[in-house]
Amino acid sequence: MLQDKDRIFTNIYGQNDWRLTGARQRGDWADTAAILARGRDAIINEMKASGLRGRGGAGFPTGVKWSFMPKNSDGRPHYLVINGDESEPGTCKDREILRHEPHKLIESALIASFAMGAHAAYIYIRGEFFNEARHLQIAIDEAYAAGLIGKNAAGSGWDFDFYIHRGAGAYICGEETALLESLEGKKGQPRMKPPFPAAMGLYGCPTTVNNVESISVASTILRRGATWFSSLGRPNNAGTKLMAISGHVNTPCVFEEELGVPLKDIIEKHGGGVRGGWDNLLAVIPGGCSVPVLPKAICETVLMDFDSLRAERSGLGTACMIVMDKSTDIVRAIARFSQFFKHESCGQCTPCREGTGWMMRVMQRMVEGRAELEEIDMLEQVTRQVEGHTICALGDAAAWPIQGLIRHFRPVMEDRIRAYKAAHGGGQITQVPLGIPVAAE
Amino acid sequence: MVKVTVDGIQVEVPNGSSALQACEAAGKEIPRFCFHERLSVAGNCRMCLVQVVRAPKPVASCGFPVAEGMEILTDTEIVRKARRAVMEFLLINHPLDCPICDQGGECDLQDQAFGYGADHSRYQEAKRAVTDKYLGPLVKTVMTRCIQCTRCVRFATEIAGVPELGAVSRGENMEITNYVERALTSELSGNLIDICPVGALTSKPYAFTARPWELKRTDSIDVFDAVGTNISLQARGSAVLRIVPRVNDEVNEEWLADKGRFAMDGLKHRRLDRPWVRVHGKLQPVSWQDAFVAIGRRLDGVPGERIGAIAGDLCDAESMLALKDLMTALGSSNVDCRQDGAQYDVSRREFYTFGSGIAGIEDADALLIVGSVPRQEAPVLNARIRKRFVSAGRGGFPIGMIGAPTADPTYRAEVLGDGPGVLAELRNGSHPFADVLKAAKRPMIIVGHGALVREDAQAILAACWALAAEVGAVGPDWNGFNVLHTAASRVAGLDLGLLPGPGGRSAAGMMSGGVDVLWLLGADEFHTAQIGAQTFVIYQGHHGDAAAARADVILPGASFAEKSGTYVNTEGRVQRSFRALMPPGDAREDWRILRAFSEVVGKTLPYDTLESLRDRLVAVNPVFRVIGGRDVAGVSDLTGPAGDLDTVSPAPFLPVIDDYYQTNPICRASPTMGECSRIYVHPRTVAAE
Repeated sequence: MLQDKDRIFTNIYGQNDWRLTGARQRGDWADTAAILARGRDAIINEMKASGLRGRGGAGFPTGVKWSFMPKNSDGRPHYLVINGDESEPGTCKDREILRHEPHKLIESALIASFAMGAHAAYIYIRGEFFNEARHLQIAIDEAYAAGLIGKNAAGSGWDFDFYIHRGAGAYICGEETALLESLEGKKGQPRMKPPFPAAMGLYGCPTTVNNVESISVASTILRRGATWFSSLGRPNNAGTKLMAISGHVNTPCVFEEELGVPLKDIIEKHGGGVRGGWDNLLAVIPGGCSVPVLPKAICETVLMDFDSLRAERSGLGTACMIVMDKSTDIVRAIARFSQFFKHESCGQCTPCREGTGWMMRVMQRMVEGRAELEEIDMLEQVTRQVEGHTICALGDAAAWPIQGLIRHFRPVMEDRIRAYKAAHGGGQITQVPLGIPVAAE
Repeated sequence: MVKVTVDGIQVEVPNGSSALQACEAAGKEIPRFCFHERLSVAGNCRMCLVQVVRAPKPVASCGFPVAEGMEILTDTEIVRKARRAVMEFLLINHPLDCPICDQGGECDLQDQAFGYGADHSRYQEAKRAVTDKYLGPLVKTVMTRCIQCTRCVRFATEIAGVPELGAVSRGENMEITNYVERALTSELSGNLIDICPVGALTSKPYAFTARPWELKRTDSIDVFDAVGTNISLQARGSAVLRIVPRVNDEVNEEWLADKGRFAMDGLKHRRLDRPWVRVHGKLQPVSWQDAFVAIGRRLDGVPGERIGAIAGDLCDAESMLALKDLMTALGSSNVDCRQDGAQYDVSRREFYTFGSGIAGIEDADALLIVGSVPRQEAPVLNARIRKRFVSAGRGGFPIGMIGAPTADPTYRAEVLGDGPGVLAELRNGSHPFADVLKAAKRPMIIVGHGALVREDAQAILAACWALAAEVGAVGPDWNGFNVLHTAASRVAGLDLGLLPGPGGRSAAGMMSGGVDVLWLLGADEFHTAQIGAQTFVIYQGHHGDAAAARADVILPGASFAEKSGTYVNTEGRVQRSFRALMPPGDAREDWRILRAFSEVVGKTLPYDTLESLRDRLVAVNPVFRVIGGRDVAGVSDLTGPAGDLDTVSPAPFLPVIDDYYQTNPICRASPTMGECSRIYVHPRTVAAE
């Protein structure tokens, strides 16, 4: 469990002043110039040594990502783009940073931009975050007024500008390349990779896209050292992370915690326990809606970090867990996710465009039980046909919850189909022949 | 070069190639929908997925760059499964209405479903239906069939330069649309039909007309502009039902302008199918014999210098040569192929052809357009200019225009002025664009007919050449001096010397009473009131247009689809078309009519077959020996065309085409072109309804 002295976000609940004065009292902006004076390579090496993995969901090592930026500019400017399009259902951790710790973000953005040779950083904030964008803008204005950013930012000799761009509420714009498209004023559709943003990103220039949290922790890591950060958590899953609990717990909340703490302890300590006691737990979705669900049996033992959850064929995602007790209709819950992904698919590439709608419709029938038993396998196959065949990860995100459902709750689905059949005369529900189709080739 | 292994076959492909190109180099066919060689890569259909060894997931080969030593697998279970999956996804919301779909038989989805489609569908839910969109009189939409490959969006934006198409909405609600119910404003819109891999965009005039396997295909050349677009006439029975382009990278790539594609329904209307002779002021149908006798009688006793002939814009080289030979036999030197009154210097071929070649536009690095609106005069050539403009990037291909364009050129062009006065400023360096031309390594100058149909055309031509020589547009290894013609017959006419001989009269001279007997070979593009009231007019042609109404004798000829002919495009490229149909009724091929008539007047022309006539073409001008090819050569002699530079008048250049859809008798007879003209050129008439 994380001790208070190791907390990075000391004002996450907004109990103290979020403005510059308060932030300075908490240690932000303390001799930022000295950090920049260490030089680009030192900063990137420190970030690599800290073992920080991206906090947006995919968990790619942040220092390594920064090191992909070209060392010397070929004439094109470099950009830092911060992903504040926090749209994952059940996730609201970046929001707390934006409204209560904006200076930590701005200072870290300056450091990160310096480390990648960028003179400008853009933050793409989810359109619904109105007050958050307002707070951040006030903080930016304060920082400009105090000479912390702008020309010769914080006395470091580095020029740095920070801009806010507000999105319009599309989930797909949280995907890094779709975000860049949207930032450029185009329709938010993911780009093909390669080329990766570090080679051709915003306006065709080298760009790094980082989650708000990944950036925000940078200043503290560089102040307290990589050794401190990597001493927290577990090997390869270093540090602390903002997490959240929502759903059927007694005290839903956002909190900072070390990685690698047992999921059960987290729910008991921060969430105040499952509504009706631990035995009333049905399942937990550990990191936003796009990772597979975990049944109670796994929740008993699993640790809350990237590798432990991956070993259980789920994922840490955003580490914002959704707890469901036994009053939950799990099929309906997952069907609702399918509806979300169908609604948020950008429509660019075929498997996701067509597959999400198909999965949603079959899931909606599964909720009633109006299906054939064989269709569970068919649904599983459809998710496999979407997964890994799309331009971006939204296809995977749409497939995984259903795969998790079928893996852990297949008996529930089967019972429901049988019940529906029994209530409706037991005939064939579907009109077309089932079974695996044969290709002509 | 990069070495790549595809299914165990090692191939070498250039750096930066895609995996798909590497697979093609290895002879592996990769199925695709969204990928098109001439468009940007979208990578959205996912049909071209292949496996790359050591890549975690299958990759879209169209957009995946190759790397040294990469191993690609195109025929593994993973790849086949992925393709079947994509096909299944595409088909779940496709209406499968192939029996009533015009794309049937030439549909990419149909063809590939044959390979990767399943024997039955597992999809039980309701299918998607999409509202059809209005894209104008040429392109029909059935949007439910759309597979959202966005080829049309990319074509409109990148090639045609009219960013009017786009995709709205997300996910399965994504629709291709033009945002507003307005016709697509492009002269290249018909290419959307070819580029659409399914039946979402089909030809409106051709709707429900024929199946592709019923059509007889004949190679031909588009005669509605001077680009010489390679086309295929697709006919059933006695009608050309549609025209589609053939691929020729040197000329048209794979595009075709709308006029060339859709005007063929004009071949069925207002045709001249029998000879007519004016008796007591009224045209009477007669036999060939009587028509020839009537002409023979009128010619009797008329001296050679009082006889003249004008060749029109759609004529083939063979009939023009036969006309000239007939006139020579009759003792006349009054021959002209320039019914619009344009002036050229024909002393050297460089002075009247498109020297850099159409493909050569892609080598140029600066362009000056003088008195031309390429978008309307040669839409396919304009697409090439745009291609160069886009590929050169911002500022990489500066374009200047003298003479205000009547339509958006589809690229950024700086209008330097409206009259030839700017030429002088460019030459003395007082105009800033002069530096742009001088700085360029391969500058190009395009001289259009807006500059050549004027009184001072010779002087302007000379000034343009002089400018070209000064800025290095002509030289031993680059010929950037270009004349953009608008008539398909013109360069052949000039090559064959269909110009007034010594003491001969020009077209205008012949019309204004210079001759007693005037033979019009498909010449219609002038006001018939210009022809003197006493002139005896013989109209030989295929359509009952204005000149036929003025004629005293009408000889029914063959249209371009009904004869084998030789055409020379604006580059000077000699190309040959073949006969797709028989001429209607009593109409005959034009050279045969002239040959037959020559016998009636006792001046028999010395050729009985098309082959011997073609031998005569070569004898008159050796350029006709090489078919299809074209020498790309620099200019060794920098002496310019004759012309007194001081006689240039300051009058502004005027556009030569005011209605793109109505430029020749076939277009004017075409209901489709009439509709286009009504919608695009006279939009107010539409609004008033």
